[in-house]
Amino acid sequence: MIRLADIVKSFGDLTVLKGVSLAVREGSVTALIGPSGSGKSTLLRCVNLLEIPEAGQLVIGGETVRFTGRPPERETLRRVRRQTGMVFQNFQLFPHRTALGNVMESLIVVLKWPEAKARARALELLDKVGLADKAQAWPAQLSGGQQQRVAIARALASSPRVLLCDEPTSALDPELSLEVVEVLAQLAREGTTMLIATHDLRLAARVAQDAVLLEAGEVVEGGPAAELFTRPRQERTARFIATLGHGVVSDQGAEPG
Amino acid sequence: MPHWLQLMLDSLAPLLWACLVFTVPLTLLSFAFGLTLGFLTALARLYGPRPLVALARFYVWIIRGTPLLVQLFVIFYGLPSVGILLDAFPAALIGFTLNVGAYSSEIVRAVIASIPKGQWEASYSIGMNWAQALRRTVLPQAARTAVPPLSNTFISLVKDTSLAAAVTVPELFQAAQRIVATSYEPLIIYIEAALIYLALSSVLSALQDRLEHRLARASGLAPEAAR
Ligand SMILES: Nc1ncnc2c1ncn2[C@@H]1O[C@H](COP(=O)(O)OP(=O)(O)O)[C@@H](O)[C@H]1O
Ligand SMILES: [Mg+2]
Repeated sequence: MIRLADIVKSFGDLTVLKGVSLAVREGSVTALIGPSGSGKSTLLRCVNLLEIPEAGQLVIGGETVRFTGRPPERETLRRVRRQTGMVFQNFQLFPHRTALGNVMESLIVVLKWPEAKARARALELLDKVGLADKAQAWPAQLSGGQQQRVAIARALASSPRVLLCDEPTSALDPELSLEVVEVLAQLAREGTTMLIATHDLRLAARVAQDAVLLEAGEVVEGGPAAELFTRPRQERTARFIATLGHGVVSDQGAEPG
Repeated sequence: MPHWLQLMLDSLAPLLWACLVFTVPLTLLSFAFGLTLGFLTALARLYGPRPLVALARFYVWIIRGTPLLVQLFVIFYGLPSVGILLDAFPAALIGFTLNVGAYSSEIVRAVIASIPKGQWEASYSIGMNWAQALRRTVLPQAARTAVPPLSNTFISLVKDTSLAAAVTVPELFQAAQRIVATSYEPLIIYIEAALIYLALSSVLSALQDRLEHRLARASGLAPEAAR
């Protein structure tokens, strides 16, 4: 179980998350939807402590982190990051390492596995995302969809408890995004716990059991994905889903930093 | 054999000797020390506590804002009056090291800062700490971008070592001056010295090209795309 309680996060005067609470069941997938700027990325980044909330609580596995406005201990950072994996909108593969090297990196550097064991595990993961034949390719030689699949394998390498995906398909053409959706759907079937921020209804509907709508830093509505998409209780949810249906909303390039 | 050619051949041995014993070691040592100093200065400016940042900026400000020749004079002729007596070669080595350190720190700082924030975050997200992210992700990428500007610094340095003649280091240019003093053939001898400098920097340029190609290949990029 991954649980966020009353998470508050601001940048300067701007309060981006205004007390967000959310739980992801072990082995389930939750889609995080909401308009651009609603705080989806920031919320995901609070789960692996790329951003440190000012208040609230994060429970992940046996680890409980209470945010008090002080930076957390290095040991806390290390433990939380060991239990989370992240897939970024724009992949962020290491360009100076091969596909295989990207996936092996955490095993070698962080977990200090021996080379041969790390290689075997990395090849297994590349095979899982359908890229066993691209192990020696450089990121620059891969299509966007392939890069994102390598990024997924990299995030899974150290067996995180939860996979955080920040708009994993929104930088991709529809055809390329399909191969990424397939991989995520496969992971979901295998019981990978995921929290996925997305505008891609196809992705959300195929992969997620639960969905949460975030708007202006607040949870508008959460519940089973099928219900939220087809019979939203809130007027605001219905309006947002309608915009997605027409494919007018896209976060591409709206990412800060 | 024409007179000028005879003269050039006769002076070739002493010139090359001066080059080998003084110019090349001075260049290599001050580049190695200077690059180390520049790297530490860059880290201090980017990530150090405030006093260290101020110190690093002060150092770069002084070195970049004053002529190299004047710096060499201060070290070799000036410092003895406060009791610091240095031989010519170490004095020149210190001067060039400080110089390379200041200029290369600006390069290193810029290339480190140019690595996208997302690369740090990707490193953190797989569990690396700051030092691991720096060493495994940021520096290897920064190194590739840094090759062309650092090569420029290196090539400038080879030529700048001629200034060491002014603080009595018997390097290539001073050797040429000595030969001119006895042969009265400044045009021929100085052109010969110039040709040796030209050969040295051409070799370095060629090495730079090869290094850039190798680094580009090691990331699946065409050399053009890597520039
Ligand atoms: N590092 C940052 N500094 C300042 N403002 C930020 C930063 N990151 C995000 N924001 C702001 O926080 C708000 C929420 O951003 P984000 O979490 O990226 O939303 P979403 O992913 O839903 O589009 C936006 O207004 C954005 O400009
Ligand atoms: Mg976002």
